[in-house]
Amino acid sequence: MISLDFGAVLAEWPQLLRGAAFTLGLTAVSAVLGVGLGVACGWARAWGPAWLRAVVGVYVELIRNTPFIVQLFFIFFGLPSLGVKLNPEIASVIAMVVNLGAYAAEIARAGIEGTPRGQIEAARSLAMSEAQVFLRVVLPPALARVWPAMTSQIVIVMLGSAVCGQIAAQELSYFANLIQSRNFRAFESFIVATAIYLALSVLLRQTLNWLGPKWIFGRVPQSR
Amino acid sequence: MVDFSLWDIFRNLLMAARWTVLLSLVAFVGGGLVAMALLLARLAKLRGAQAGVSAYVQLFQGTPLLMQLFLAYFGLALFGVNVPAWLAAALALTLYTSAFLTEIWRGCVNAVPKGQWEAAASLAMSFGETMRHVIGPQALRIALPPTVGFLVQVIKGTALASVIGFIELTKAGTMITNATFRPFTVYACVALMYFLLCWPISAWSRRLERTLRRGH
Repeated sequence: MISLDFGAVLAEWPQLLRGAAFTLGLTAVSAVLGVGLGVACGWARAWGPAWLRAVVGVYVELIRNTPFIVQLFFIFFGLPSLGVKLNPEIASVIAMVVNLGAYAAEIARAGIEGTPRGQIEAARSLAMSEAQVFLRVVLPPALARVWPAMTSQIVIVMLGSAVCGQIAAQELSYFANLIQSRNFRAFESFIVATAIYLALSVLLRQTLNWLGPKWIFGRVPQSR
Repeated sequence: MVDFSLWDIFRNLLMAARWTVLLSLVAFVGGGLVAMALLLARLAKLRGAQAGVSAYVQLFQGTPLLMQLFLAYFGLALFGVNVPAWLAAALALTLYTSAFLTEIWRGCVNAVPKGQWEAAASLAMSFGETMRHVIGPQALRIALPPTVGFLVQVIKGTALASVIGFIELTKAGTMITNATFRPFTVYACVALMYFLLCWPISAWSRRLERTLRRGH
C-alpha cells in the first residue's frame, strides 16, 4: 500500500519559501534583461544593417535549436576553461537572459514589423530622430501587440529555471531535491514543489498582464 | 589514462544521440495519440471532457518539465517496481507532449470555419464522418507547421531526461566531460548535435508555414 506523508515535506516550509523567492528573483532579473536584449535584437533583425541582422540571426537560431540545459552547462562548466569563472547564480542568470533574449527577439521583431508604415512616416515628418521614432512611436504599440506571447515566454523561462538547481543554484527545485535527500519523501517533495511552480506561473502571468499596460507600454489605443 | 581525440568525443556523442532521437520519437508518437484522444473527447463534447482536458493542459503547461520527470520517476517507484529511467522519461515526455499537442490542434480545429460544421450537420453526417471527411482534412493542413515546430521542443525536452539518469546526448556529454576534463569542447559538440538535429526541422516548419500562407 502506498502511504504519502506530506507533513515531513511541509515542515520544511522555510526552505521551500526561500527557494520560491529565489526562483522569482532569478526570473525577475532575467525577464528585465532578457526582454531588453530581445528588443535590441528585434530592432536589429527588423531595422538593423545587414551584417548585424546576420549575426543576430545566427544567435537566435543557435539558441532556439539547442536545449536550455546544454546552454546552462556550457556556460557553467565550459566557460571556466576559458578563464571565465562564474558562480551558479550568475551562470543561471546569464543562461536565462541569453535564452530568453533569443525567443524575445523573434517576438519583438514580429511586433516591430507589424507597425503600419504610415505611423513611421508621420513620426519622421514631425522631425523626430530615428531613436525617437523607434522608442516612442514604434516600440510601445509593438510591445502591446506581442505582450501575450512575451508573457508566455517569460513563464516558460521561469519554469525552465528549475534546471538551474542542477548546477546548485539555490532555487525551488534545488530545495525540493535537498528536502527529499534528507527525509526520502521524494514523491511528496516534488509534488509540493510542482504545486508551488504552478502557483508561481499563475501569479507571474497575472502580474505580467497587469504590468504591461500599466508600466511598460502604457494604454495604447488598439487599431483593431 | 585513455586519450580522447575530438573524433572519439564526437563518435561517442553520436552513439548517444540515437537515444535522444528514439526517445523523441516515442514521446512524439505516443503524445500525438494521447493528444488525439483528448481532442476527440473534447470535440465530441463528452461529459466533463472540456473542463478535464483544459485542467490537464494547464497542469502540464504551468509546471516545469523537470518536475514532471521527477514525479514520473519517483511516482512509478511508489508502486514498488524498480523503474528504469527510460520508462519514466518516456512516460513523462509522452504526457507533456500530449498536453501541448492537444492544445495546438484544438486551435487548428477552431480555425476551420464554423460553416463547415454546420454544412456537415445539415448533410446529416455523424460526428465521426464530419471529422473524417470535413473537419479533419482541413485542420490537418493548418496543423502541420506548428506540429512539426513542436517536434523541436520535444527533442530539446529529452535533454532533461539526463537528469534522472537516462543516457542520451546530454548525459553522454556529462560523462565524457568527467572522463576528459574538456567541458568546453564536449558541451560545444553536444550543442552542435542538438542544433544539427533541430535546425532542419525548424526550417522545415517555417517552410510549411509559408506554403500554407501562400495557399490562402
